[in-house]
Amino acid sequence: MPFYKKRFDELGLKPAHVKSVEDLKNLPFTTKQDLRDHYPFGLFTTPMDQVVRIHSSSGTTGKPTVVGYTAHDMGVWKEVMARTMSMMNVGPGDVVHNAYGYGLFTGGLGFHYGAEEVGAAVVPSSGGFTKRQLLLMKDFGATVLCSTPSFALHLAEVAKDEGYDLKKDFKIRAGFFGAEPASEGLRNALRDAWGLVYIEAYGLSEIIGPGVASGCPYGNLHVFEDHFIPEVIDTETGEVLPDGQEGELVFTTVTKQALPIIRYRTKDITVLHREPCKCGRTITIMESVKGRADDMLIVNGVNVFPSQVEHVLTKLEGITPNYVIVLDKKGVLDKLEVWVEVDDRTFADGIGALETLKTKLQQEMLNELYINVRVKLVEPKTLERSMGKAKRIIDKREAEGLKS
Amino acid sequence: MIKKYGIKQLSIFLENRKGRLLEVTEALRDASINIRALALAESAEFGILRLVVNNPEKARSVLSSSGFTLKEQDVFAVEVADEPGGFYNVVRILTENDINVDYTYAFVGDSKRAVLIFKVPSDMLDKALETLVQGGITLVEPMFFYD
Repeated sequence: MPFYKKRFDELGLKPAHVKSVEDLKNLPFTTKQDLRDHYPFGLFTTPMDQVVRIHSSSGTTGKPTVVGYTAHDMGVWKEVMARTMSMMNVGPGDVVHNAYGYGLFTGGLGFHYGAEEVGAAVVPSSGGFTKRQLLLMKDFGATVLCSTPSFALHLAEVAKDEGYDLKKDFKIRAGFFGAEPASEGLRNALRDAWGLVYIEAYGLSEIIGPGVASGCPYGNLHVFEDHFIPEVIDTETGEVLPDGQEGELVFTTVTKQALPIIRYRTKDITVLHREPCKCGRTITIMESVKGRADDMLIVNGVNVFPSQVEHVLTKLEGITPNYVIVLDKKGVLDKLEVWVEVDDRTFADGIGALETLKTKLQQEMLNELYINVRVKLVEPKTLERSMGKAKRIIDKREAEGLKS
Repeated sequence: MIKKYGIKQLSIFLENRKGRLLEVTEALRDASINIRALALAESAEFGILRLVVNNPEKARSVLSSSGFTLKEQDVFAVEVADEPGGFYNVVRILTENDINVDYTYAFVGDSKRAVLIFKVPSDMLDKALETLVQGGITLVEPMFFYD
């Protein structure tokens, strides 16, 4: 593996220096930038004829982040997802309604394979089409819901509006919720609305996808550390922090073949605990992610970097107009707006020309970010005027401000 | 032809926001600029204010320094009889010559004559002026609007 060999050689590290897990702290980190720099398959360690699955997420600027799996890796993934499902004894007789997006994202297929592995019936509904989803959930007798927490609340609200009685008409007993942070208020709202047990799912495609850690019915997130070794480090110095201290979560994969990764910096801020849980598990517990060590935004479960927005603007017009990213809630779902200043360089005299510019920007954003973005054309200086100071990102979402 | 009949029009980009139109007109008043003709086009989120003023140079610099996004373009004006068919005659000649009208608006004249302002694609402007003159339409010179 030329990438790691070069890194290790530079530091004078030899295989003999790594004798136990303790020695992990001496190894260099791997970052998202490393994955980008070796796009698409440069960090794969197996020949491509052994790779059976490729997933990808949007990258920070232009190039996506690519991950690969051998048949063995798929087995690992199924296993950790089966463990996740087992947190609620999901198995034969259960109907798992999977509303995570299917496709390049690892969310949809990760839960799909996990549910199949434990013998449940999977309904691969993917995202969108809320009313149809509710119909299927009711008529198919879904017992388990997998989705982002905000989409689960959206489903509940639409169900109420449509006249369903959530507890009578639906049989959802467990929900596996992840891909975005969820406040305690949101969790309680989901428990109350559906009468379900809330299971938190944690993962990232660079490590495997969902299934890196799973919540138990007692609400603790258990890291599957036989496959993924967790560390928490000081974001500035890179020093490993003791248990109980807040820092950046780092993972090293133990069993993966196609894309093994050493000390991957997740940029997720959390705390690790190593003490037995009431559920009986003794593996490491991580707290729910408290924030990010970078400027990544999570919009309806999709990761978005502000640099991607800038990339689209620059690509399209050859100039970088002044812009602001505005995040807000529309009902319970996130809504992302990009306010773009129309200056003398971009102003074409004609409503049609401006509407075309707006539509084109929206399409390009969808291509680049994989989510719907609403572009709003504004006058110069508007942004400073309405936001006070020159800020690029305005996050108006209130995690607690949810009607239950 | 463009030199003789081209009229400088200012297009100003406006957000649909309370008080914005007031600010434009206020800036023009403060600079003693007289609006001779105007049209406002709007979409759900923004609008474009198009103005022909008595002093385009000054208006441009005043609005620009006030932070407005604007564009200066050549339009032309015709004078027609204020009676049925006046507008039709102009549009007919342009259409017969395959000249597309981007937009048009009226200048309020006296009770007998009407003045209409036309914007056509800039590469069509010369042709439009020539065909209208040949068709016997009276073009209005910029001096009519300017000081």
